[in-house]
Amino acid sequence: MSLILSSAPHVRAKDNTQRLMLNVIISLLPCLIAGVYYFGFACLIPVCVSVVSAVAAEFCWQKLGHKKIRIYDLSAVVTGLLLGLIVPPSAPWWMMVIGSVFAIIVVKQLFGGIGDNFLNPALAARAVLLASWPALMTSGYNVGKFDAVTTPTPLLSSASLMDLLLGNVTGAIGETCKIAILLGFLYLLITKTIRWEIPVITLASAALLGWLLGTDPLTTVLSGGLLFGAVYMATDYVTTPMNSLARYLYAVGIGVIVVLIRKYGSYPEGVTYAILLMNIAATLFDRIPVQRIYGHTNAKKEGK
Amino acid sequence: MSEKKMNLGKVFMNGVITENPTFRLVLGTCPTLAVTTSAINGLGMGAAATFVLLGSNIVISALRKVIPDKVRIPSFIVVICMFVTIIQLVMQAYLPSLYESLGIFLPLIVVNCIILGRAEAFASKNPVVASAVDGVGMGLGFTLALTLIGCIRELAGNGSVFGINLLGTSYQPMLLMILPAGGFLVFGLLLGIINSLTNRKKEGAK
Repeated sequence: MSLILSSAPHVRAKDNTQRLMLNVIISLLPCLIAGVYYFGFACLIPVCVSVVSAVAAEFCWQKLGHKKIRIYDLSAVVTGLLLGLIVPPSAPWWMMVIGSVFAIIVVKQLFGGIGDNFLNPALAARAVLLASWPALMTSGYNVGKFDAVTTPTPLLSSASLMDLLLGNVTGAIGETCKIAILLGFLYLLITKTIRWEIPVITLASAALLGWLLGTDPLTTVLSGGLLFGAVYMATDYVTTPMNSLARYLYAVGIGVIVVLIRKYGSYPEGVTYAILLMNIAATLFDRIPVQRIYGHTNAKKEGK
Repeated sequence: MSEKKMNLGKVFMNGVITENPTFRLVLGTCPTLAVTTSAINGLGMGAAATFVLLGSNIVISALRKVIPDKVRIPSFIVVICMFVTIIQLVMQAYLPSLYESLGIFLPLIVVNCIILGRAEAFASKNPVVASAVDGVGMGLGFTLALTLIGCIRELAGNGSVFGINLLGTSYQPMLLMILPAGGFLVFGLLLGIINSLTNRKKEGAK
């Protein structure tokens, strides 16, 4: 019997960035399959272009900057895949290239690479694309099975709850089929990749505020990109606050802003902006003290 | 009185490159971000600021021994105001379309920190000729920076430079670039590129 003498830690987890990112990729597969089912194989073009150009951008940046090549941690693949799933099925390929390169170079690498970006790269890229080519980003949903539907997003039309749940509505490639998203959510929970608090609190606060303002809670939760955003975007490790109270407030903030933008804003959907705004506020939330440190007294009170 | 001998060429290049007001001193960022939606706007704004800078530097430098130290800032502002009013009226008369597109940012040259900054830091301490050269150099540096940002934003956001279409009709303009967010993006990226280039140069010199 050989006894190993070493300093702590003695128990090592198998989790590393690559493993966690692989979990996210696996959990996104149902959404992708549902997208292909509803929008046809053509919708794989924006997704594939997005993934390839995200990885290529990361590789080139690290190669040209003489940095360690870290594309095997799969984080660029996740960014590309997420971006590919939150654009319309008919998004042109050049737009996806610009979006992915922006996400990787400007949002992620310029701020210090993985772990140092203050915004979710895929969402920031979507905001840029939405501001740059509003026509391409808000139309082009009418492909595949939706010849007759002309409304740009289900928030503007009245779809039945069942259609919303199954994804039988127009929308971005990955966000329509709620069952697929819930499957992915379940997988992420079982593998302990994410915790349940942020998605559930986000959805609950949005549903509650929507209900107070006169919208059916289930419709609020199931329409648009709220569920996708709450599960995959709001839970990004890097851009969420560290301590639990701050996390809950962050999640409530997302839910509230989504409903306010939907109800009173000039955009039909506000998930992108809600999450980006709370990403920016995440470091502020982290200043909320969770616990009084033993023996530490408030200097201001002492002075009085 | 013994006037310091100055290398006027050095004073001039100081404004254009070494202490470029936009990229090195990061002064006057408000007009830099707001009016550079097209190359011609950037050029117009730069030219107007250069005129004011030249005029105010000359007058303030000439009056530097008359102006009491305690009220120098209000005195500088009055001088600057005079030149801004001149350029505003001239532009309104002869370049009405540029006057329209610069809007409020033309009268706001009065409070542009480059102009007040040069009055305080240079013109009030140096002879007239050097101050005039400094004004032109700083103004040219500001103009070049604004025109560069304007060109990039207009090219990406409209497919043209100085109103001449360069990218053809099939180009789908990236609207973000002529929105305020695009101004911040281009300015930040250029600032980063220029700083990393100059840092590399310094390291190379060592």
